[in-house]
Amino acid sequence: MKWIRSFALFWYDFVVGDDWRVAAGVVVALGATAGLVHAADVNAWWLLPLAVVVMLGLSLRRAVAAASR
Amino acid sequence: MSGLVLVLTVFLACTVEAVEALTIVLAAGTSRNWRSALQGTAAALLALAVTVAALGPAIGLIPFQALRLVVGALLLVFGLQWLRKAMLRASGYKALHDESDAYAKEVAAARAAAGGGRGIVTDWYAFTLSFKGVFLEGLEVAFIVVTFGNNQGSVPLAALGAVAAVVAVTGVGIAVRAPLARVPENSMKFAVGIMLTAFGVFWAGEGAGVEWPGADAALLVLVPAIALLGLGGAALMRRTSPADSPLGRPAAAPAKGTLT
Repeated sequence: MKWIRSFALFWYDFVVGDDWRVAAGVVVALGATAGLVHAADVNAWWLLPLAVVVMLGLSLRRAVAAASR
Repeated sequence: MSGLVLVLTVFLACTVEAVEALTIVLAAGTSRNWRSALQGTAAALLALAVTVAALGPAIGLIPFQALRLVVGALLLVFGLQWLRKAMLRASGYKALHDESDAYAKEVAAARAAAGGGRGIVTDWYAFTLSFKGVFLEGLEVAFIVVTFGNNQGSVPLAALGAVAAVVAVTGVGIAVRAPLARVPENSMKFAVGIMLTAFGVFWAGEGAGVEWPGADAALLVLVPAIALLGLGGAALMRRTSPADSPLGRPAAAPAKGTLT
């Protein structure tokens, strides 16, 4: 059981990293992009670059706030 | 993407990880037992080669659109992690990575650890320290080799970039017999973060069904735009960096399993 937990934690750290919100944001942004493209027929190429700016900005703001405390 | 960009990106990512792995192997070898440290290194390189050999063809079987979506999403997550840390380091909110300091800490820990061997390995601690260091640092490079290579239809070319980096770092490491503290690791990590994020956005977008304006030429805009975002953001953050900023202070050795 301990081995399985360590294995799962390793892969969580490997894939998700320091800020789980960034990984979650990527999934949400990709889902929204695919939804716009396939359901609304909108070529939403601009959404992912915009999401990168927002996700990076928010993640850095949290890190800076934590470092300043 | 040209073959040159593919090789260069893999080379940079692999050089950064190889420098960190070299520090750990040097610490295990000099403070414990060279033979066991090199056995651990060889075992880890073999495990990484098997991982690439197994994953490469397996990933190649995934339909192209789905491959780009999954691989692009993972590269984007990895890229944002690298870029975030690089920006925090460049602006002084996170200590710069310092190989000399990491080496000193690894040596102290290795000297304090208990001895003992197993089978043909005379020093189990030196073996496992080297194995873990090389395997964990190399795992993400193996992933980058497989994903970049498959997306561009050239795993061997990507592997060439990785092998070139390992050979270069090993050669310099043997020549100087010390941690490669002068390698501009933090700048290289910034560059890798930019490339992974840009290609992650491009491939994930394609996988989600987007048609990029200008097709592949969109990368010529994405890469400099993300570089500008990273460098500009770091410059802005530096302005508000606290007076007792950790900039320039040596960082702790990276925790095992962390990527950057």
